[in-house]
Amino acid sequence: MTDPEVVLITGARKGIGRDLAERYAARGALVEGCSREAPDWQIEGYQHHLTDVTDESQVRAMISAIKKRHGRLDIVINNAGIASMNHILLTPLATINRIIATNFVGTTLVSREGAKLMQRSRYGRIVNFSTVAVPLRLQGEAIYAASKAAVESITRIMARELGDLGITVNAVGPTPVETDLIKAVPPDKIKNIIDGMAIKRLGTFEDVANVVEFFTRRESSYVTGQVVYLGGAS
Amino acid sequence: MTQHKSIDRGAVATMVLTGLRDVLASNDMELPPDLGEETSLVGRQAVLDSIGLVTLVVDLEQRVESEHGVVIALANDRAMSMRNSPFRTVATLTDYVCTLLAEEHGA
Repeated sequence: MTDPEVVLITGARKGIGRDLAERYAARGALVEGCSREAPDWQIEGYQHHLTDVTDESQVRAMISAIKKRHGRLDIVINNAGIASMNHILLTPLATINRIIATNFVGTTLVSREGAKLMQRSRYGRIVNFSTVAVPLRLQGEAIYAASKAAVESITRIMARELGDLGITVNAVGPTPVETDLIKAVPPDKIKNIIDGMAIKRLGTFEDVANVVEFFTRRESSYVTGQVVYLGGAS
Repeated sequence: MTQHKSIDRGAVATMVLTGLRDVLASNDMELPPDLGEETSLVGRQAVLDSIGLVTLVVDLEQRVESEHGVVIALANDRAMSMRNSPFRTVATLTDYVCTLLAEEHGA
């Protein structure tokens, strides 16, 4: 492809999202990112949207702006996500709704609207975010894992529904990575998770980016509906 | 379905037919010689398969946005629950787009 890739990354303000934005911008992509709050950084080739991924009209407006600016969308990376560690007996309804809204509804809305733009050029790469908490059935993460299990289901079914449109849909399932998402998790909990992995260490941004970049390669046109867990979780 | 006076139904019908021709062409599907308002979009007589209809609906939403500057959702809960689907023919789809446009324009 001679034209630079047009990439949308949700939750791009910090952590893995910011790291991916920097990586794609560095390789010459036209990167559009979003979060509810403005980032405190700028990079060349990057455009930020103040978008709440759980708000349908805001998501539509963001995709519409991307269409006006670039006329197409090649890659969507649904990185935006929140977590909350609670025993199920102590999980408030508001927390359940918030996690499902951001992790599942947000991923669904951005994928749906993004795919509408992608199908015009019969090409697209969508990457969703699951977690090793799904296969490891981590205690204390019931709602978080359930929201990501829903993401896995929609990944696999969207892959079938969008295959004829040239759009692939896959998911990466990271282990704990040093980000804000896990800063409130006690160290012994993290150690327990790592001890359950085939490769016993925390994940890195590079580990996540490696899988995301594989899924989003043009050559990965025959890879869809897959969930890849890092660290050997299964 | 009632229509608002400010909506040019003929222009909307043309938009629907243009979208239909584009979808048929891009899917290498046969272009019927008598393509018109009575052309079926769903059912046994349909000129489109299911993915073709999905593509047409998405295409029309995007055409409406670029030509009329408004965002409408053709595949909304109301359309999905209607006894008589607005996606039956070019004519019913045209009427439905006109209705949604009229609502957007404050009719």
